[in-house]
Amino acid sequence: MLSKRIIVCLDCDLGEKNARVVKGTQFQKIKYAGVPEKMAEQYYKQGADEIVFLDITASAEKRETMTEVIRKTSRKVFVPLTVGGGIKSVKDAEKLFNAGADKVSINTAAINSPELIKKISKKFGSQACVVSIDAKKNSFKGRKRFECFVLGGKKNKRLNALYWAKQAEKLGAGEILLTSMDADGTQEGFDLELTKLISDSVKIPVIASGGAGTLQSFSEAIKKGKADAVLAAGVFHFGKYSVKEVKDYLKKQGIEVRT
Amino acid sequence: MIAIVNYGAGNIQSLKNVFGFLGEKVSVTNNPEEILKAEKIVFPGVGEFGSTAKAMKKKGLDKALIQAIKKGTPFLGICLGMQLLFEESEESTGKGLSVLNGKIIRFSKPEKIPQIGWNKLDIKKSRLLKGMQGESVYFVNSYYPVPKEKEIISCTSEYEGEEFVSGIEKKNIFALQFHPEKSGKTGLKILKRFIEW
Repeated sequence: MLSKRIIVCLDCDLGEKNARVVKGTQFQKIKYAGVPEKMAEQYYKQGADEIVFLDITASAEKRETMTEVIRKTSRKVFVPLTVGGGIKSVKDAEKLFNAGADKVSINTAAINSPELIKKISKKFGSQACVVSIDAKKNSFKGRKRFECFVLGGKKNKRLNALYWAKQAEKLGAGEILLTSMDADGTQEGFDLELTKLISDSVKIPVIASGGAGTLQSFSEAIKKGKADAVLAAGVFHFGKYSVKEVKDYLKKQGIEVRT
Repeated sequence: MIAIVNYGAGNIQSLKNVFGFLGEKVSVTNNPEEILKAEKIVFPGVGEFGSTAKAMKKKGLDKALIQAIKKGTPFLGICLGMQLLFEESEESTGKGLSVLNGKIIRFSKPEKIPQIGWNKLDIKKSRLLKGMQGESVYFVNSYYPVPKEKEIISCTSEYEGEEFVSGIEKKNIFALQFHPEKSGKTGLKILKRFIEW
């Protein structure tokens, strides 16, 4: 039986000379957490099933810094590595794959030019193309719906997240990395309504992100939200739980995890 | 030296890294002569069956690989590199290397395809995977092999109610449907065993 995955996310600030892992709440307020490649190795040893590196600066001129982080990490960490943030072309993706990344995660560029999903998945396989959706609940014509945001949560595209997830799947996305902007950084639990809505509507794995807090929140994302994987950052970085504690808890709840 | 066959089908960097970590020298090559001279061969692959088989033939790699396998060079096929050892695939037209009899079929029961993630090994009879019963390894696949000779199945796994072949062993041929280079400590153990074979 396939295990539910626990994914650790490293939000990387590449603004300085050396990359640093940071953590914000609801896409703001930044706290520093550590050095990316060292943290990745530590989480790998704790039993993380996958590591996601998110370049929060998402700037083209710092791309080489991220490539270097991946190069260093992939020599020591032997679980899948995903990179997101500012990837705009097949060439950007290729550089990261050559450095040792297994998947790239695209958001803004995918919404602006959906063809990019097709191009990346055709060239590197759909498993290598993760489409990241930053969603927030909004009113649209008097009804509530989830809308997609781009540029690190700064711009609302007035695009229905449910529609976009299905489109992304059709275009060749291998997975959806679904972040609830409402829940992100609150540690009050994943957005179960959003997660279930998307997970029930696509046939590719959905990674729930945003809001990890209590141990129970992880099992709820899987049981009620139907998530195939859960992603968290802050609860791990600031020592609230280790990856192992989360897995031990899930196992007790009858959820299949890799131990 | 171990030759990693490079025919433009992904994941070479991860393999180079993992062998480097294990202290083993590798050469990444698409040169048929080098493949024939190699002490051991790793045949990776992510991609589509038909077009990859075609690309391989164009470079003359198919004959070199078949010859190397026949003369007994220890051989490790990974993912698509496992599938290409068989005759044909439901994925697309085109012939594999056909050193093993059988074909590649698509998952039929699971709702979510491809299978992406960690799944367990149910070991039947294996030299490479000995002692790893129940351990988890990383999969990314929509297809899996159905060999004609059932005795070459080294392990199986189960995805949403469908049991599938996840490992093959026959003489000097070892093949894995999962990615040992992405399978943490278990993957490292498997590759170490192959190096020391």
